[in-house]
This record gives sequence, structure tokens and C-alpha cells, in this order.
Amino acid sequence: MRHCRVVGPIWAAVKHPAYAGKTLLVVQPIDPAGKDVGASFIAIDRAQAGVGDHVIVLTEGTGVRQLLQQGDVVPIRSAIVGIVDAVDVPGDAG
Amino acid sequence: MYLGIVKGTVVAERKASGLEGQKILLVQPVDEHQRPLGDLQAAIDTVQAGEGDLVYLVGSREAALALDPWFVPVDAAIVGIVDGVST
Repeated sequence: MRHCRVVGPIWAAVKHPAYAGKTLLVVQPIDPAGKDVGASFIAIDRAQAGVGDHVIVLTEGTGVRQLLQQGDVVPIRSAIVGIVDAVDVPGDAG
Repeated sequence: MYLGIVKGTVVAERKASGLEGQKILLVQPVDEHQRPLGDLQAAIDTVQAGEGDLVYLVGSREAALALDPWFVPVDAAIVGIVDGVST
């Protein structure tokens, strides 16, 4: 999974039927200090995340299919699966 | 999944089996501010997107799952037309 910050929602009226009724959020990968790392991407929300929340994002399709239980033919790769309350890195003074 | 902007159409008469009749578009992946990320790529279209549309795509094996039948050789599929991104 990836540690990310929620940037904001995406609206799309025309979409593949597998995405019907699902919230899509732009997420930005971050390091333990909250600094941006690499490029943002899109995930469906399974944790009622809000803008600015730090979240855990599953980025592997088989796990997402198990989570959604919509069958085996679901073209979705990434899902927010948890809200991060704190990250503790022992020995990190920062 | 990721955002992209449709830049054009790829015409390919002879394709692998399973891809007959599928529309292939040329897409520039972008970030939430529509700034380019990396190189152009070819993607299968499942939502009748057109040139200039901001879309979202699914990559890797899940791209094939956007098609019916799904056991096809693709690794990028357009699965939605974006109306708005809130940042």
C-alpha cells in the first residue's frame, strides 16, 4: 500500500459501469513527514476520506477485487482503505 | 488509475485477436492541474472519448478487465470522461 494525502474529488458522468456510484479521489503519495513523493494518481474511496486526509491506498487490482466483491472482471486498480492518524518512525527526530 | 488528455486517434487495421473493432486513442497522462506526466501512450477507449477530453484511465492488467471479452492484450484503458477535478 501507499501512504498518500487526499488532494480532491473527480467528477465524471460518463464512465465504465464498474465505477457507478463510486467516489474517485486524486491522491498524492507522501513520505512519513508529509512531503510529496512522486506523481499523484486516482483511487476509489472505501474509507470515507476527506480532502487533506492522510490515507493508506491499496494499489493492486486483485486486492481491490476482493475488497469490492463485484466479481472478477472489475477494471479498478487502486482504493483508499484506511485513514492514517499518525506515523511513528523510531529514531527520526524530525 | 490516472488522468490523461486525449491527443489523437491511432489507426491500426491489423490487430491481435480480441482487439478487433476497438478504438485506440493517443493519450497524454497528466496530473490534477493538467500538467503532462511522462510520455504519450496508446489506450483502448471504453467511453467514446474524443480529442481534447480530460479522461481517467486504468493501467496494467486491470485495463484488459474494462473490455468484454476481457482476456485481451491491452495495458491502458480509458474508463471515464472527467467533468471536473477539485484541488
